[in-house]
Amino acid sequence: MKLNVNGELIDIEVDGATPLLWVLREQLGLTGTKYSCGIGLCGSCTVLVDGEAVRSCVAPVSSFTATQKITTIEGLSPDGNHPLQRAWDKLDVPQCGYCQPGMIMSAAALLGAKPEPTDADIDEGITNICRCGTFNRVREGIHLAARIEKEGKS
Amino acid sequence: MRDKLNVSRREFLIGSAVLGAGFSLGLYLPMGARNAVAAEGGESPEVNAWVVIEPDDTVVIRIARSEMGQGTLTGLAQLVAEELECDWSRVTTEYPTPGQNLARDRIWRSFSTGGSQGIRGSHDYVRKGGAVAREMLIEAAAEEWDVPMEECTVAASVITHAPTGRTTTYGKVAAAAAELFPPEEVALKDPSEWKLIGRPVKRLDTADKLTGKQVFGADLKLPGMLNAAIRACPTFGGRLKGFEATKVKDKPGVRAVLRVGDDAVAVVADTWWQAKTALDALPVDWERGANAEVSSASISAMLDEGLAADEALVGNQKGDAKGALKGAARTVEATYAYPYQNHATMEPMNATALWTSERCEVWCPTQNGEAALQAAAEASGLEISKCDVHKIHLGGGFGRRGSFHDFVTQAVLIAKQLPGTPVKLLWTREEDMQHGHYHPITKCRLVGGLDEQGDLTSLHVRISGQSILAAVNPAWMTNGVDTFVFQGMLPDGDHEISYTVPDLLVDHAMRNPPVPPGFWRGVNINQNAIYLECFMDELAHAAGQDPLAFRRRLMSNHPKARAVLDAVAEKAGWGSPAAPGVYRGLAVCKAFASYVAACAEVSVDAGGRLKVHRIVAATDPGYAVNPQQIEAQVEGSFVFGLSALLYGGCTIKEGAVEQSNFHDYPSMLIKEMPKVEVIVMPSGGFWGGIGEPTIAVAAPAVLNAIFAATGRRIRELPLKHVDLRAAS
Repeated sequence: MKLNVNGELIDIEVDGATPLLWVLREQLGLTGTKYSCGIGLCGSCTVLVDGEAVRSCVAPVSSFTATQKITTIEGLSPDGNHPLQRAWDKLDVPQCGYCQPGMIMSAAALLGAKPEPTDADIDEGITNICRCGTFNRVREGIHLAARIEKEGKS
Repeated sequence: MRDKLNVSRREFLIGSAVLGAGFSLGLYLPMGARNAVAAEGGESPEVNAWVVIEPDDTVVIRIARSEMGQGTLTGLAQLVAEELECDWSRVTTEYPTPGQNLARDRIWRSFSTGGSQGIRGSHDYVRKGGAVAREMLIEAAAEEWDVPMEECTVAASVITHAPTGRTTTYGKVAAAAAELFPPEEVALKDPSEWKLIGRPVKRLDTADKLTGKQVFGADLKLPGMLNAAIRACPTFGGRLKGFEATKVKDKPGVRAVLRVGDDAVAVVADTWWQAKTALDALPVDWERGANAEVSSASISAMLDEGLAADEALVGNQKGDAKGALKGAARTVEATYAYPYQNHATMEPMNATALWTSERCEVWCPTQNGEAALQAAAEASGLEISKCDVHKIHLGGGFGRRGSFHDFVTQAVLIAKQLPGTPVKLLWTREEDMQHGHYHPITKCRLVGGLDEQGDLTSLHVRISGQSILAAVNPAWMTNGVDTFVFQGMLPDGDHEISYTVPDLLVDHAMRNPPVPPGFWRGVNINQNAIYLECFMDELAHAAGQDPLAFRRRLMSNHPKARAVLDAVAEKAGWGSPAAPGVYRGLAVCKAFASYVAACAEVSVDAGGRLKVHRIVAATDPGYAVNPQQIEAQVEGSFVFGLSALLYGGCTIKEGAVEQSNFHDYPSMLIKEMPKVEVIVMPSGGFWGGIGEPTIAVAAPAVLNAIFAATGRRIRELPLKHVDLRAAS
């Protein structure tokens, strides 16, 4: 089957029941997307599919087609310069960093839907678990990224 | 002039303990430049064990402790760089391996990363490492110019000969400096001279964590590597009786189905998903053993018996508490309980091992590389000098990856059955949840005696429950007493009680259920601060006194603890009304040598729904190396402490943990996160820890605020089981 990952059409041979997460990690070597709970709860495996956040650990690869654009943390920006990455860098958001690719991809989906999210939007849109407890900087980072994006456009 | 010696960095990297199968296979870890793993092939000589300077003036600082999010990599580098006087913008870090440490007579000393020890346990010798390197670099420049060292100054990696105005850089003289013998004595700067320590510099390890480049243990890939999934007997102490390998050995990708030690079975396959899928289908027969009947109820009964037992181990005794309580004008009594907790690091346990009859190498996230090496050597059947461990960044530690390397043992036992093939073992979340080394379970009965004025004059604290040391390290016990049990209630030291009570007894009825305990971020202050600080609140209310004033009267001998308490009270506005429907609670504690306090503001609506609005927290760590990272740790500690308060708790059924994933062992989400205001108030003169102390005060401050809001005293956790609607 074919997948469109980070702008490239890729041929893969894999059991269709395999979750997208494991295709990304083990077939394509894109290990930025993390395994943590395996039941779609914690959000560490979040990727974008046509701009929407998808928890890839519970999504069989057979449910995707080559017309859907899958974006992983590695493909979020060519040079690590996405407004979220810049905001995260400025605020030193990550601690251990394991949940952060999922956190950033969830935030990217949120900003895609709501370019200037309120705190309530963030509460509703970000349901990722972070055991280090980076939440307040995540919240600040999303607001900062929204400002960076806005200033970039003006 | 001193004699010369020559240790090249190449020798460091491929020294006696390092030249192993891994390197001979040409393995390469895909790490970015700013990662603490020694990259192969560096040719620059080390100035000393702590410092390598490249010709382009890049400064590589070696870090022995492990980075797991707590920022120790940056903080320790700041300590070295402060004395080194190097250009901070050119600093990177790398980890020496435990094998290198062993081969060099433990030149980097402890690798252990726990107990909030990273900085407070090594500030002295790492600063000396930086100072010694600085002196050698200056000496090398002075020799080249043929001038006295004393005429040279240094700043930001540039050495200047003041009389002539000549300058050179560290990168230019590093090779010559490496050939000098180090000075025997160096003076460390007075804290008033610090330029980098105390500055909120940014972390050194952020960039790769934003792009997916950061390699965690679970992400490691080696040439020819196979993947393993494992299942151990869910009942603690149980054994593997047998398994039907034939049922799965023909499944896609499966290479082997293996017994692992006494109690586990693993499937090894081309990919981990194949291994896990086959393992799920594998019929396994367990011998559940002696603990098959153990339950939360049986453990609870065991602890209840300890609460009333005549005999107990004494942790803190002054005067005659039991006698004084009999004569008290009024006594107050309460019993609290704290459940088992799982560390639940976001990255499940994992390790990658490569075994041959000549050598064993392991790549893993570990909080203690030397303990990991010990585990690897024992499992490998090889001499320790033929083994090494390569540390990878941790996706969370919290104590799980420090004293216990069961995952390393398993990985080596698997790799040993597949000689020459690297195997990565990754646990499922379910395995991780059910085979932890859990925060120990205890209960606590407190009896306090008040005098006619309502002051606390006598106190008996009886702790009943599990000792970590008895299970993990009996050698650390003193005459059968686990002093860790009394953290936050000891007569002196890093975990000193914050109050003076004329007649005091704190004792421990040790009752050890067959559930493996471990060090869990905060260790025993998590429950002890709840016990003591919630009970102080109970006493204050019984005495009809303000909880702040009641505490302060007992704290005249504890001025630093009182200072942090005062700081949060003032900033939170204690004594003035909170917003309508919002109530406050306080807590204070000394833990890991730091003084910490918190004031929480909560509301509870008519339906019993709790909202924690704000927590003001103060920390006096003596010296504050990086204030912005202290802030991050304090905020993070509240997520850890409050997740346990709200949702945590592992229960036992048929000798096994009932919880299996985040659906039944939830963790706080962003929507529940309070605003946190952090006060960093270093008073100087001592070095306190940062990663753990404030975890102690979050839960009791919130519980005391819940009482203020509802009139309900909550003495058992987690809150998810408690009706929080206001008491009628």
